Amino acid sequence: MSNIKKAFENGKAFIAFITCGDPDLETTKKAVIEMANNGADLIELGIPFSDPTAEGPVIQGANLRALTGGVTTDKIFDMVRDLRNEVSIPMVFMTYANVVYSYDADVFIKTCSEIGIDGLILPDLPFEEKEEFDDICHKYGVDLVSLIAPTSENRIAMIAKEAEGFIYVVSSLGVTGTRTEITTDLGSIVKAIRENTDVPCAIGFGISTPEQAKKMADVSDGAIVGSAIIKIIEKYGRECPKYVGEYVKSMKEAMA
Amino acid sequence: MTNKNGRFGVHGGQYIPETLMNAVIELEEAYNHYKNDPEFNKELQTLFNEYAGRPSLLYYAEKMTKDLGGAKIYLKREDLNHTGSHKINNVLGQALLAKKMGKTRLIAETGAGQHGVATATAAALMGMECVVFMGEEDTKRQALNVYRMELLGAKVVPVKTGTATLKDAVSEAMREWTNRISDTHYCLGSVMGPHPFPTIVRDFQAVISKEIKEQILEKEGRLPDAVIACVGGGSNAIGSFYNFIGDESVKLIGCEAAGRGIDTFETAATINTGRLGIFHGMKSYFCQDKYGQIAPVYSISAGLDYPGIGPEHANLHDTGRAQYVPVTDDEAVEAFEYLSRTEGIIPAIESAHAVAHAMKIAPKMDKDEIIVITISGRGDKDCAAIARYKGVTYVGEDE
Repeated sequence: MSNIKKAFENGKAFIAFITCGDPDLETTKKAVIEMANNGADLIELGIPFSDPTAEGPVIQGANLRALTGGVTTDKIFDMVRDLRNEVSIPMVFMTYANVVYSYDADVFIKTCSEIGIDGLILPDLPFEEKEEFDDICHKYGVDLVSLIAPTSENRIAMIAKEAEGFIYVVSSLGVTGTRTEITTDLGSIVKAIRENTDVPCAIGFGISTPEQAKKMADVSDGAIVGSAIIKIIEKYGRECPKYVGEYVKSMKEAMA
Repeated sequence: MTNKNGRFGVHGGQYIPETLMNAVIELEEAYNHYKNDPEFNKELQTLFNEYAGRPSLLYYAEKMTKDLGGAKIYLKREDLNHTGSHKINNVLGQALLAKKMGKTRLIAETGAGQHGVATATAAALMGMECVVFMGEEDTKRQALNVYRMELLGAKVVPVKTGTATLKDAVSEAMREWTNRISDTHYCLGSVMGPHPFPTIVRDFQAVISKEIKEQILEKEGRLPDAVIACVGGGSNAIGSFYNFIGDESVKLIGCEAAGRGIDTFETAATINTGRLGIFHGMKSYFCQDKYGQIAPVYSISAGLDYPGIGPEHANLHDTGRAQYVPVTDDEAVEAFEYLSRTEGIIPAIESAHAVAHAMKIAPKMDKDEIIVITISGRGDKDCAAIARYKGVTYVGEDE
């Protein structure tokens, strides 16, 4: 098991998502350091993809800005190498299957392991297709994170039994993006997961306010926030790290 | 042809968010049930014959044959189907299946608008709600089809993300499906996407080759030497090829949109310029950069303007059973005009890609050889765009 377990050792975990290279990699690096210093327990580093089919408009926008700015997988690897000299917080990559596959999955995942990336989240890689990536992840000690959705139902046990790192529980139907209300019965989903595994589970999709984060943390092991952070970055651009740090602090405190 | 999780060789699979997995599993189970259900098949056959106008004609293009001076050319007239293209075959099948599954709402992507129009038509006929996602660029190129869909009661959503063309319309339809699954069927328009779509769509389109075979045996007493069809995602092509795959003597030729040429970036010729990847639910060939970012492809034809190709075609390419050739915008436009003038048949600009390749190879073939070209759709929708391409101003154009 990778470093990911450390993310769940300081009470409920606050997991922060950021798209690498939006607006540039230097800002991403500074924002990650701010998030780590302000109580984030795990960082999801998004590698932008041209056609992010699981994302709502906010993260789509971040992907576009980052790619337009000339970010590539290799440049992101370099940034993570630098970042690892400054922070020890667990970090995972979140991207799409093609970004890993077309790079050569073996080389990509080996590099993850070398630069201190603890896990990989691929939203377009369901249980049925994970094998070809799973074997490589095992070889290099990188956790392939499983997702469980409100529609998973009879699939929960199967997915949970093979889960590693942490389980990403998708709060609602649809794509990423902030929501005013989350109506899924997440308590029952988490209960079904816990009957099958001890791997921690964190809830993501639609969480933006401290109240929502607390509510989600109450029924699980942590909360994942993406679009709300991207909105701050979009608003403040290169000046964003300070504001992102303040936001993360307020979220982590609410979950305590 | 398929094995576990809908693989065609290494291609295919189900690379989709977990949120959609139970939906595709439910679809596969329903399809496996109904495809062998006599009642379902009877209803579909009635819709094909009484509503869509099947069987479509296999027409001997005598003037074209004489003019080119080589192989005997037959045209499979899918353009004569109701709604003007082969898309209706798949849509009637899927809409009927969706209805049996208790779905009340169809969503679809469309490029040229043909699949959107067909879906809107089936929804109107079967009393279902319909939402069609169409790249904003395509809503401009194919404004008439937008009006047709709205006339049929569908809501058309212009997609502004990415290149605002077919691939973005597919992405947006997939996003919408993850948002609303219980009452909604995603009526995918080509032999692409996650399993079971490539198989379902192929089976509903296979009626094309089933009819070609019966018709050519009746007319010529033998199988053709080549079957030629245009390929974007590849539904009319797989429909035209499918019942000939086991007949080794029949050459299967798919014509890809080369745009301004396969040595330029303005192309959509996936087999000729792409490489293996994972996108839109499937493993197949895609036009992409070295980091796996999907390329912004280009073709004069909105229906072929897609960076990928269906997984069964990718496998037919790998095994060498089918051949995929690039056809440029210029060649397609020339063929569009040629068929119009020679046979009095205005083909869709997509289908004109297949006609263009036939024009290249027919003169080199013997007079006793036979080519079948699938005319996947009619070209009325393209007249304004081709006129613009040729720099012609015609009455009624407001640009």
